[in-house]
Amino acid sequence: MPNILEVKELVKKYGDFTAVKGVSFNIEEGEIFSLLGPNGAGKTTAISMLSTLYTPTSGDATIGGHSVTKDPMSVRNIIGVVPQDLALYEDLTARENLIFWGQMYNLNGKSLNTRVDEVLAQIGLTDKAKNRVKTFSGGMKRRVNIGVGLLHKPKLLFMDEPTVGIDPQSRRAILDTVKDLNKQGMTVLYTTHYMEEAEELSNRVGIIDHGRMIALGTQKELTQQVGQSETLILHLEEGANPEALAKSFNGIKGVDNADASDHAVTIICPEAEDVLAAVVSKANEQGVKIRSIDIREPNLEAVFLHLTGRALRD
Amino acid sequence: MLKTFLIGLKDLRLAFRDRAALLLMLLAPFLLTIGMGFVTGRFSGGTSGISDIPVILVNQDNAQLGNALVDLFNAPELADLMEPTASSDLETARQLIDNDETAAVVFIPKGFTESIIPKDGQTLSDEIISIEIYTNPTRPTSAGIVQTIVEEFLSRVESGSIGGQVTMAQLITSGRVAPQDIPAVGEAMSERLSSSTTEPVTAIKLKQNEVGGEAIQFDVLAYLAPGMALMFLMYTVSYGGRTIIAERIQGTLPRLLISPTSAAQILGGKIFGIYLTGVAQLGILIFATTMMFQLKWGNTLGVIVLVLAAVFGATGWGMLITALARTAGQVASVGSAIMLIFGILGGSFVSLENLHPLMQNLSKITPNAWGLDGFTTLALGGGLADISTPVSALLLMGAVLFIAAVLLFNRQGIAQR
Ligand SMILES: Nc1ncnc2c1ncn2[C@@H]1O[C@H](COP(=O)(O)OP(=O)(O)OP(=O)(O)O)[C@@H](O)[C@H]1O
Ligand SMILES: [Mg+2]
Repeated sequence: MPNILEVKELVKKYGDFTAVKGVSFNIEEGEIFSLLGPNGAGKTTAISMLSTLYTPTSGDATIGGHSVTKDPMSVRNIIGVVPQDLALYEDLTARENLIFWGQMYNLNGKSLNTRVDEVLAQIGLTDKAKNRVKTFSGGMKRRVNIGVGLLHKPKLLFMDEPTVGIDPQSRRAILDTVKDLNKQGMTVLYTTHYMEEAEELSNRVGIIDHGRMIALGTQKELTQQVGQSETLILHLEEGANPEALAKSFNGIKGVDNADASDHAVTIICPEAEDVLAAVVSKANEQGVKIRSIDIREPNLEAVFLHLTGRALRD
Repeated sequence: MLKTFLIGLKDLRLAFRDRAALLLMLLAPFLLTIGMGFVTGRFSGGTSGISDIPVILVNQDNAQLGNALVDLFNAPELADLMEPTASSDLETARQLIDNDETAAVVFIPKGFTESIIPKDGQTLSDEIISIEIYTNPTRPTSAGIVQTIVEEFLSRVESGSIGGQVTMAQLITSGRVAPQDIPAVGEAMSERLSSSTTEPVTAIKLKQNEVGGEAIQFDVLAYLAPGMALMFLMYTVSYGGRTIIAERIQGTLPRLLISPTSAAQILGGKIFGIYLTGVAQLGILIFATTMMFQLKWGNTLGVIVLVLAAVFGATGWGMLITALARTAGQVASVGSAIMLIFGILGGSFVSLENLHPLMQNLSKITPNAWGLDGFTTLALGGGLADISTPVSALLLMGAVLFIAAVLLFNRQGIAQR
C-alpha cells in the first residue's frame, strides 16, 4: 500500500522549549496507526502541525502528496480532525453543529442533510439531534466531536485522545466506531496514552516520549525488543514507599528491572512466577502491604518501561 | 463569501441564544428608556438625559394664562430640566439665540390670555393670539423639549375645557388662574373649539431662527431611546469581539482554521456576525419602541441608512478592542468601560449641549454622538439628505478602525494561542 502520510524530521519549538524534536514516520493507506505516549510527550503538537494548524519550526510532512507547509489548503480537504479538547458550539444543537461544520467543509444542500443524518446515525445520536450540545453528557459530546471530523469523508482521520475522561461504555462505542471507519477504508492516526487502546486498534504503533519517537513498528516487532519478558505489577497499600521497595527488588535474581510509581512497583522479568515468592517476602520484610498483584504478558507498557525506565501512566 | 455569511449567521443565532447577552442587548436599553421616560415623565420634571436647558421667557401677556405658563417653566418638577430666565424684550432675547446662549425663546404676546378668556363684559376677539417659540437650530433636542412643554401646557388648557377640568385644576394649582375662573376658561375654550370649523385650535406658532421653517415635533423619548440603544450597541460589539477570543479558547477557532476555510473568510465572518447582531438589536429596539410608545423615529429610509452606518462605526470599535485585548475578560471589561464612557461622551445620559467644549470635540470619536445626532435629526423631521454628515462620519470611523484592527490581527495571527 502507498503511504498516505510521510513525516520528515518534524520539529516544533515553543520559545526555548522544544516540544517535538525531529519526528519521522509514515502511515500506509488503510491502516490504523497509533501514536502512544504519556502526557506532554508532544502528540497534540505533532497532530497540530500535521493538520496545518501550527507551522513546524523545521521539517515537513506530506499528506496525499501535498506538503502541509506549502499546500495546506489541499491537505485540509483530505484530512479530518477530531481534536483532543471538544471544539463545538454548546448553544447549538447536535444537528446544527454538524450542519455548520459540514458547510465549512463545502458541503451544502440536500447532500449535506443526508450526510448529517448518516453521521448522526453513526455516532448514535439520531434521537438527540435536536438537543443543544450543552445538555449532553461528556460521552455524547465526544461523539459529536468525532462526528464533525467525519462529515466530509476524509481519507485520513486524526483522532487525538478521543476517549479521554469518559465512561467505559462510551469508550467501547468509540473504539468500535474507529474500527468500523477503518473497515470502510478510512486511514486513521490515533493518539493515546492508553496502551490497551493502541494494542486493540492499531496495525503499527509509534511510541513518543519527550518529543522523540523512541520506537516504531508493529506491536510484535516492538514487544520483541524487550524479549520474552513478562511484567509483574504490585499494587501497594497507601503509605508504602514504592521507591525503597523497587530498589530492594533490583537485587533479586531473575528481576531485570524494577520501577516505582504511585502506590505501585512494576517489575520486568523473564518469568514472573519465578520471582513472585521472593518479591512478596521482600515486601513482608519491609512491612509493606500488597493490595493486589498483576502479571502481564509482554506488551507495549513493558516496551515503554524498557525504553524509558518509566511507566507509561502514573 | 458564502462561508463568511454562514459564519455570521451562526454568530447571530448564538447571540440570540445567550440569555445574558439578550438581557443587555435588548432588555436593558428598553427598560432604561422606559425608566428615563418615566423620570422625565415625558416631562413632569426630574432628571433626564438632558438637563438645565436654558430658555428665555418673554411674557408680555402678564395675565392668568401667560403667568401660568411662566410658572410652569419655573415649577419645582421642571427645576432640573429647565433653566428659565425672564426677559421683557423679544429682540434682546433672540439675540441670545444667535449667540448660542439659549436653546429657545418663548414669546407670550400681549393679550394672549384675553384672546382665550375674555374679561367681563368683553367679547372674544376673532383670533387666538399665538404663543411664539424661537428655537436654536444648533440645539434641536432642547428646543424640541421646550416646544413640547408649551404644547403640553396648551393641551391642558384645552382639555380643561373639554374634560372635567381635572388637568386644568392640576395645572393651575401653582398657577395664577384663580379657581373661580376655571369654569370661564373652560366655557370659553369649548366655545372656541365648536366654532372653529376649519382647523383645530392651535395656540402655538413655531419659529426657527435662521435655518429652516418646518414645524418641530419632538418627543423626549426620541432622544432617550436612541441614546440607550446606541449605548448598548457598544455592549453588543464588544460581546461579539469577545466571541472571537472565546472561540479561540473553546477550540472552535482552531477547528475552523484547519477546515478548508481561509483566515480572511473566518475573520470576515466573525465581523459580519457582530454587524448582523448589532443591526438586529437596533432593529428590534426601534420596532418595539415604535409599537409600544408610538415613538416616531422619522424617515424610514433615513433610519435604515443610519442604523447600518452606526452599527458599522460601532463594529469598528468592537474589532479594535478585540485586536488589542489578550483575553476575553479584557474585552469584556474594556468593552463595558468604553460602553459607559462613550455613553456619557456620546450624549446617552447628558445632552452634549451641556458638556464642556473639549468633551464635545472628544465626543466626535464615539459612534454614539454621531448616531444620536442623526436620530434626533430624523425624529425632528429630517430626511436622508439631512443626515449625510453623521452617516459619512460613521462610515469613515468604521473604515479607519477596521483597517487598524485587521492590521493588528494580521500581525498576531488570529489563531495565536
Ligand atoms: N502553546 C504552547 N506553548 C508552550 N508550550 C506548549 C504549548 N503547547 C504545548 N506545550 C508543551 O509542549 C509539550 C507537549 O505538549 P502536547 O500537548 O503536544 O503533549 P501531548 O502528548 O498531547 O500530551 P497530552 O497527552 O497531555 O495531551 C508539553 O510539555 C507542553 O507543556
Ligand atoms: Mg495532547
